[in-house]
Amino acid sequence: MTEEIRAKVHEIVAEQAMVDPPDVSDEMTPGDLGIDSMGLVEAIFAIEEAFDIQVPFNANEPQKSDFDYSSVGAIVRAVHRLVDEQKK
Amino acid sequence: MTRRVVITGAGTVNALGLDVAQTQAAMRDGRSAIGELEMRDAERLTIRIGAQVSDYDETVHFNHQQIALYDRYTQFALLAARQAIGQAGLEFSGDLAARSGVILGTSGGGLNTQDENYRAVYEAGKNRVHPFVVPKLMNNAAAAHLSMEWNLKGPSFTVATACASSNHAIGQAFHFIRSGMSDVMVTGGAEAMLCFGGVKAWEGLRVMSRDTCRPFCATRSGMVQGEGAGIFVLEEMAHAKARGAEILAEVAGVAMTSDASDIVMPSRQGAERAMAGALRDAGMRADEVGYINAHGTGTAANDKTECAAVAQVFGAQADRLAISSTKSMHGHCIGATGAIELLACLMALRDGIIAPTANWQEADPECALDVVPNAARATQVDACLSNAFAFGGMNAVLALRAA
Repeated sequence: MTEEIRAKVHEIVAEQAMVDPPDVSDEMTPGDLGIDSMGLVEAIFAIEEAFDIQVPFNANEPQKSDFDYSSVGAIVRAVHRLVDEQKK
Repeated sequence: MTRRVVITGAGTVNALGLDVAQTQAAMRDGRSAIGELEMRDAERLTIRIGAQVSDYDETVHFNHQQIALYDRYTQFALLAARQAIGQAGLEFSGDLAARSGVILGTSGGGLNTQDENYRAVYEAGKNRVHPFVVPKLMNNAAAAHLSMEWNLKGPSFTVATACASSNHAIGQAFHFIRSGMSDVMVTGGAEAMLCFGGVKAWEGLRVMSRDTCRPFCATRSGMVQGEGAGIFVLEEMAHAKARGAEILAEVAGVAMTSDASDIVMPSRQGAERAMAGALRDAGMRADEVGYINAHGTGTAANDKTECAAVAQVFGAQADRLAISSTKSMHGHCIGATGAIELLACLMALRDGIIAPTANWQEADPECALDVVPNAARATQVDACLSNAFAFGGMNAVLALRAA
């Protein structure tokens, strides 16, 4: 499951960054990939649709949202947690 | 000789009140009309608050045939216009009618009509809709009905620049009169976006607050939508004086700029150029301005940018003037918001009362201006600005002087 989530998150992030999925790694930050705040909102929407989950994220104060997007790997872990919490 | 433009009538419908007196009384009290949204399918919304026009029954104001043609935004516009034109005391006939027009701002137009009829055909599977769906939903419907109701036969159209629509409309009406094309223009804006589809669309951006609107406050949580209309009669000054009309304020200047940078993120430079341009157009010194009605949406992006722009344009005067966001009370009325906010400017210029920024809790170091927190303030104001900075980076700022 973790690998499936990682692959899908990488694919979504790659599409937003307009790069190929293999060029995305867990260490990268959204900033590294040139994803701005509205790009992040779009990526989160895609994540919600792909995993059928709700991601807590307010674009006004992104840092205060209960969703760690500091790196691609952090997003993968956060999505994993949300899937576990919301799909039980 | 330069033609000057004055306001001789004002009207409104919004969540704070069904006329100007009620609205300004609520602004004086710092009363917020933000509450729980009541609409069909509200339980499917993530954002369930807004500043709705409540205690409103369309059948009290309009007959069955009119309701078949008037979307909620058109109804708001007509009711507000009736107040404004009544106050101005004008009757439009002959040459005056031929040269008088109506320019309104709206963003969504007849959005309730669209929402209801999409529901009918997509959700309910109906294959037939009411014959007047198109004339009811179109963005120029409200302006058209105003022209018909009051015989306004001059230049008439609708301006759509999202959250700056009514400031662009008022600015355009101002230019028509100053240039000599018209002596009287009816202008302002109307919006009724608080329907399921309208709110759902805004949810997507993730900039909406779930509690309330707190502009310029460190604990701000985003914007809150409102609805309503603000309509004004603009008139050439000599024309108004010749007939002994009461002058509510002078529209002294207008500036419009485009950021040309981002579809949603505001630019400080675009806001600065609009404010500086309005001052220049009005021949107004920065130290004359006692009040700015801010765009003040309660989003981090707007509030920080707007405060930085005010500080840059006004220099030392930025610390002496008052700036407030009445969106904290009537919500963000999108294409009508500048028109409704103009009522706070009229209150400052006429009554010497500055409407507060309601719901304010804690200072934000990035908004270190006098934001008139929570309580209205009595002080003489001779000149003021009204800011509107829209998605799309389209900005319009009005400069007004006391009559």
